Amino acid sequence: MSAYAETLHHGPAKGISRWILTTNHKDIGTLYLVFSLIMLFIGGTMAFVIRAELFQPGLQLVMPEFFNQMTTMHGLIMIFGAVMPAFVGLANWQVPLMIGAPDMALPRLNNFSFWILPFAFAMLLSTLFMPGGAPDFGWTFYAPLSTTYAPPSVTFFVFAIHMMGISSILGAINVIVTIFNMRAPGMKMMDLPLFVWSWLITAFLLIAVMPVLAAVVTMVLMDVHFGTSFFSAAGGGDPVLFQHVFWFFAHPEVYIMVLPAFGVISEIIPTFARKPLFGYRAMVLATVAIAFLSFIVWAHHMFTVGMPLTGELFFMYTTMLIAVPTGVKVFNWISTMFRGAMTFETPMLFAIAFIVLFTIGGLSGLMLAIAPADFQYHDTYFVVAHFHYVLVPGSVFGIIAAVYYWLPKWSGKMYDEKLGQWHFWLSFIGVNLTFFPMHFVGLAGMPRRIPDYALQFADFNMLTSIGAFLFGTTQLLFVYILIKTVRSGKAADQLPWEGARGLEWSVPTPAPYHTFTTPPELNKE
Amino acid sequence: MKSWLKPTSPTGLILIVVVMFGFGFALVPLYDVFCEVTGLNGKTKGAYQGEVNAQAAPSERTITVQFIANRNENLSWDFAPEEEEIKLSVGERKQTHFSVSNTYDKAVVAQAIPSVSPPQAADYLNKIECFCFQKQPLAAGEAKQFPLVFFIDPALPEDISKLTLSYTLFDISERDASGGD
Repeated sequence: MSAYAETLHHGPAKGISRWILTTNHKDIGTLYLVFSLIMLFIGGTMAFVIRAELFQPGLQLVMPEFFNQMTTMHGLIMIFGAVMPAFVGLANWQVPLMIGAPDMALPRLNNFSFWILPFAFAMLLSTLFMPGGAPDFGWTFYAPLSTTYAPPSVTFFVFAIHMMGISSILGAINVIVTIFNMRAPGMKMMDLPLFVWSWLITAFLLIAVMPVLAAVVTMVLMDVHFGTSFFSAAGGGDPVLFQHVFWFFAHPEVYIMVLPAFGVISEIIPTFARKPLFGYRAMVLATVAIAFLSFIVWAHHMFTVGMPLTGELFFMYTTMLIAVPTGVKVFNWISTMFRGAMTFETPMLFAIAFIVLFTIGGLSGLMLAIAPADFQYHDTYFVVAHFHYVLVPGSVFGIIAAVYYWLPKWSGKMYDEKLGQWHFWLSFIGVNLTFFPMHFVGLAGMPRRIPDYALQFADFNMLTSIGAFLFGTTQLLFVYILIKTVRSGKAADQLPWEGARGLEWSVPTPAPYHTFTTPPELNKE
Repeated sequence: MKSWLKPTSPTGLILIVVVMFGFGFALVPLYDVFCEVTGLNGKTKGAYQGEVNAQAAPSERTITVQFIANRNENLSWDFAPEEEEIKLSVGERKQTHFSVSNTYDKAVVAQAIPSVSPPQAADYLNKIECFCFQKQPLAAGEAKQFPLVFFIDPALPEDISKLTLSYTLFDISERDASGGD
């Protein structure tokens, strides 16, 4: 018996090889989360450079060329390095725990898909030290900026994107296979927790659009090195084609970055409102509807390229249609809280802030969806305000809320609630001070991606920069809270949150290295 | 369906990935077809193949056609339309020239890419003869007149009374030499 029993009961390997060779979903989840936290600070440092330069009009600190590299790298690092890996990390930790599975379905693949990432980002970051500098064409890498006018480092950028894409695709395959094959006996699809549902849908989006991103960067590579003319009018290509292919990937991508956050919020709100989620079925269907619509709205990013009226109308109406399922979700979260016995611990605060601020970001999105109005807003700071409102207090707050919510189960320790509240309020003030004034300068016509600006935008930009410094430094407090929790936090209870339901809370605290080695019994309520 | 092919099995999922990667590339010809069908991006068609009965139905309706000559930034030839603007009635056949001279001290092959604005008019501008159909090799210092013969299809939508035909000249010597097109 013993060899088998030993493999079941052994703990983690010792030393660094534990982390390099691990196939354990909890270890890999931790690796992903730590990696994305590091990337958050690297991308945040770049945002610091941007905001320091924009603190006052005129050129003070950096050259415009370097400023462009900073905006480009900030976007790439935050999207592909911080937000996406953080969600994959959450999926690794939580999906097996929430469906009663012993591990992910493809554990070695899981290890591989994580370990691609450090190499991909080392390659991307190394471009900063290359002659000609890092990519400077914006994270959207529009041709011909990324082909004819690209710095030599564009090749490294292309391969880094390929590697990130492979990592995301393999991670997504793993999530799908796990959810379909490893649910606890008796758990039907409509019994899945919403976090799992939203990750399942996200994973299908990843499978569908990351290959399109791979295709478009491959075309860029071929245009740069192999003399093709996909995007070059001289050879019969069309630069507008680039934008179509790119946004066919990139619009579903923005839902990839927010759907798992929807799932997190749908777990947290019922716990702290002490009521079951209102409208579970509607929530699932709304998520599916959002995912479907995300494939047919891409050209709303390019209203100004000279589309015919019918095209503008089609993309305008389909875009506005997304407000319906999104509204259903917001309505259901609010209904869940309605007459609930609410308490406001840190995860709940971040969740409520998510609902309020994401809705603001959604509404500015509706303004941008109006094609005739978009001609005014296009490429201004209004767009920057919009997507930061959905990404920072949207995705990032969702991730932070998830970490506070599940950290007691992961680490077995309780975080310092007082510090958590400080972290929340400083982040909340910082995020609004940073991004709200951007709406005003954007509507007044300040273009995005410029290192200098007209004098009338000076006051709002200074406010924005102060907010950004506040928000950025506040995240150091987050790191301090995490370290303090793990090293000297009070022991957490088996059920740290009174209202929490779900399989992940049925395992001991902290969650043992191996859980659900025998499938759990489901007690249907 | 075989179980390993299901869209929820690893093989099935990898198959979706491969198909979507191919779809990314398939968007290139699809985009061209889509633009051709809808006349979206102002690309004009090749040489007009139909019969030209230009004088058959003289029309009251006159259209202004403006000509623009652009050089790509890597080609500093002199390139200008003979007339900046022509008024003609629909169905009427017109001939004009673009004058061009190679200012380099070496032979260069150029290609002109046409574009029509508003793009909805692209389908109704029919070129019977155009220098943009061929590669244009010019010896060092050589000057030339590029001919253009065209007419406007009477079916041009009523709300369009003015259209712009722009040509951009690209240096394709390198592509031409390497045998590619």
